[in-house]
Amino acid sequence: MPHDVWIPPVHRDLTHGVERVAVDGSTIGAVIEALDAQFPGLAARLTDGDRLRPGIAAAVNGVVASRGLRQKLTDASEIHFVPAMAGG
Amino acid sequence: MKSRVIVSTTINGEPTEFLCEPRQSLLEVLRDVLGLTGAKEGCNNGNCGACNVLMDGVLVNSCLVLGVEAESHRIETVEGLAVNGKLHPLQQKFLEHAALQCGICTPGFLLSAKALLDHNPDPSEAEVRHWLAGNLCRCTGYDKIVRAVLDAADSA
Amino acid sequence: MTSSQYKVIGSRPLRPDGVDKVTGRAVYGADVKLPGMLHGKILRSPHAHARIVSIDVSAAQALPGVRAVVTARELPSVGDTVTDLGESVVNLRYMSNNILAHDKVLYHGHAIAAVAADNPHIAEEAARLIKVTYEVLPHVLDGRAAMAANAPILLPDLRTNELGKQGSSQTNVAEHIRHQRGDLAAGFAAADVIVEREFHTATVHQGYVEPHAAVALWNEDDQILVWCSTQGSFGVQEQMAELLQVPPSRVVVTPTEIGGGFGGKNSVYLEPVAALLSRKAGHRPVKMTMTRAEVLFGTGPTSGSYIRVKMGATRDGTLTAAEAEMIYEAGAFPGSPVGAGCGVLFGPYKLENVQVDGYDVVVNRPKSAAYRAPGGTNAAFAAEAVVDELTEKLGIDPIAFRLHNAVREGDRRADGPELPRIGFIETLEAARDHAHYSAPLPGKQRGRGVAAGFWFNWGGKSSASASVNADGTVNLVEGSTDIGGSRASLAMQLAETLGIPYADIRPQVVGTAGVGYNEGTYGSRTTFSTGWAVYELGKKILDEMRQRAATHWDVPVDGVTVQDGTFAHNGDSMSFRELAGQLEVPVSVSASVFPSGFGPSFAVHIVDVEVDVETGKVEILRYTAVQDVGKAIHPAYVEGQLQGGAAQGVGWALNEEYVYDDKGRLVNASLLDYRMPTALDLPMIDTVLVEVANPGHPYGVRGVGEVPIVPPAAALANAIYQATGVRMTELPMSPARVSAALLAAAVPA
Repeated sequence: MPHDVWIPPVHRDLTHGVERVAVDGSTIGAVIEALDAQFPGLAARLTDGDRLRPGIAAAVNGVVASRGLRQKLTDASEIHFVPAMAGG
Repeated sequence: MKSRVIVSTTINGEPTEFLCEPRQSLLEVLRDVLGLTGAKEGCNNGNCGACNVLMDGVLVNSCLVLGVEAESHRIETVEGLAVNGKLHPLQQKFLEHAALQCGICTPGFLLSAKALLDHNPDPSEAEVRHWLAGNLCRCTGYDKIVRAVLDAADSA
Repeated sequence: MTSSQYKVIGSRPLRPDGVDKVTGRAVYGADVKLPGMLHGKILRSPHAHARIVSIDVSAAQALPGVRAVVTARELPSVGDTVTDLGESVVNLRYMSNNILAHDKVLYHGHAIAAVAADNPHIAEEAARLIKVTYEVLPHVLDGRAAMAANAPILLPDLRTNELGKQGSSQTNVAEHIRHQRGDLAAGFAAADVIVEREFHTATVHQGYVEPHAAVALWNEDDQILVWCSTQGSFGVQEQMAELLQVPPSRVVVTPTEIGGGFGGKNSVYLEPVAALLSRKAGHRPVKMTMTRAEVLFGTGPTSGSYIRVKMGATRDGTLTAAEAEMIYEAGAFPGSPVGAGCGVLFGPYKLENVQVDGYDVVVNRPKSAAYRAPGGTNAAFAAEAVVDELTEKLGIDPIAFRLHNAVREGDRRADGPELPRIGFIETLEAARDHAHYSAPLPGKQRGRGVAAGFWFNWGGKSSASASVNADGTVNLVEGSTDIGGSRASLAMQLAETLGIPYADIRPQVVGTAGVGYNEGTYGSRTTFSTGWAVYELGKKILDEMRQRAATHWDVPVDGVTVQDGTFAHNGDSMSFRELAGQLEVPVSVSASVFPSGFGPSFAVHIVDVEVDVETGKVEILRYTAVQDVGKAIHPAYVEGQLQGGAAQGVGWALNEEYVYDDKGRLVNASLLDYRMPTALDLPMIDTVLVEVANPGHPYGVRGVGEVPIVPPAAALANAIYQATGVRMTELPMSPARVSAALLAAAVPA
């Protein structure tokens, strides 16, 4: 079942303006691979080697994914890539 | 600066002699010479009140008093507030009212509040706020501190 | 709003560390004293922006009593490693540069060199003897000016990052963030009223009363021991390891009590320098404490900002579109809280058509550090003033308008994700129904303002351990710095879980060698995440104790029940204490968690002011802070968070600012001239604790510490408008600015 992935506004240059993409994947990492297959260059922006690029968090159904690229996705999920932040 | 001076004082009721450099503040002497680290340095120029102690019953910023000026005077610090294993009513009320968060300003507030209650046992809220205006607290917004002091006055 | 389902949670016991803190016995950063200890001092830049041509330390080194002098040359070279240090993402090279300037100084007060000597006075004298030759460069202090084409470039290698997309040319813009949903043009076209305004906020400092302090000992075996006042000892360990290029396991950090942090005591400043001095001075411990001026020059602050906000609404009061541009001054190195500001800005409102652009811009000011709900106060000041103006133009009550547009569970944040169960509606209703909101406010130049605030909160990693004593008490060992009563809130959660009295829990905070990994006490996370770890400890202890009870009675464990601290089987029963006294095998447990169900917090503040039109001074007559706190574990300390956050917000709003001269030098680096609120400046601060339990925590806990600083500046601006008819768009709303604005309004254009 495909996930509903929201493309960050600054990366819609790679998706020809498309805001939401339906892709499959059992982990966040797999989702990014699938995105990159459709829109080459996205993986380079969102990842740094085998991790999400520092400063970027993946939110799965509104919850920040604690395991980064290895976060498992069991059901069809809504996924956002957002700036990471913690607070004071 | 090398020559040191012997100073005789009474600290928290104990006759105390110490050796200090003329340039050392009373705060430095208390903390570094005598090991009484209850008085805190928050600004070292009399703006925050964290170093407040009593000198002959008068509230002073110990960072603005030289160690040598303590000669023949009576100093009270936070370490002397609790007597015979019993907390001073202000200490007790600060705990009960949660009037401290980080606690760094607490010793200074306690001494300021003691100086207030010693000469005005039944202050109004406005008087408490006015009297404590020389003590900075960044955690509490002062609400619970003022309540603790008023409550300590009521229960005295 | 009180709940009877708990025995300990919701009560107000004395804090475990209380006696130490009212007797002066508690050991804070500057109270640490080790045998053979030396004292360090730092030399700081007199210029806002300059190339360091040469540093001559010979005269300093020759001064009797001086044991070591270090400069950036002693720091190992660290590449452009961008690393996530829990609290923030940092480029290590920049961080190293901020500790001791490498080739350029980038702000007045930037650390350049350090001296260790037999006493602090000699160290200070020696630091003054260091001769630095500078080539002074043009400086830029303002974010928008730094974005201009001809602005002086601070960091030649800096390129704009856009969520992983890198720019190609030199710039002072470190980051551009964009949130965008829906159709902005259509949204504004559907609006009956549109308000667009520009706002400025000043650089302000966290203002903790305890200056930074650290002692470091670099041992002959290359183990580095650190005692310091920090929000997170593991964060210090990580930063030390990265900056000094040593394995984290070689750095042992023991936290002292902390005299306030508010986000400003996560980054290291003194610790690595003290370690370098220690190694160079023959492996003697080196203590470094900052003066207040150094705290203001070289640590914190949080960003000054420029914010433009445009919002539209229909006649019935429905928001149709919102747009904003936010420029935050990062200070000398990237890392302003503009990202969080972008999220806070429209956080309280349901919006289908929204765009926010945020810019993180380097300027010649101290590198900004987190400050309580970082970036949130700036953002709310702007957005809530525009909302207030909309409500005025529409003739709708400010709280009614907010209720109409408030986010609820399932609504989307500006950056996309849906919100979980939140308590904003309940918070607004509690504010509306509070006696303060409807109380008459007679008198001239008096006005009432209201504003809302949002904060994300954070979960993060926490560990804790516990052991059962023979007398039935339980030692709780935790690694979360106790900044405002968290020993109490954690002990209470453990007591609740175990069903034993609060007084039977003995909490202590230990360092990196004594407990599993903990993120720092930031992000309103400790009572939430470490609280969860403590809850897990409780469950594990009960499991083990049931086993022991089963063994004792020689029955299957399934037959042993436990309730309210009593173990029972078929008519037999033993209290927790009785069982603890008969343990043949001791019980000790540990737990580590990384919970993600932290729920956001919402606050609504109401404030009454009187404005002295002659002097421009704003007096606060009455203040009420209403907040969804999830579940208040220790209500007195929760109230304290609301009151303290409000007070800091008041200072930010009315007085505090960094003032610079035309050479970019900070001219008010003292607590006389950097004016924080005193007891005389504030009334009692009433609090209303709304409890909408967070479903993401076993006890419903939500972070409470940060959101209370978000609404105050906006609430005060709105109150000043009601009092005077003048909308203040610049912080601080100091007497000078208010009287100037009143004067300008009185003169016909």
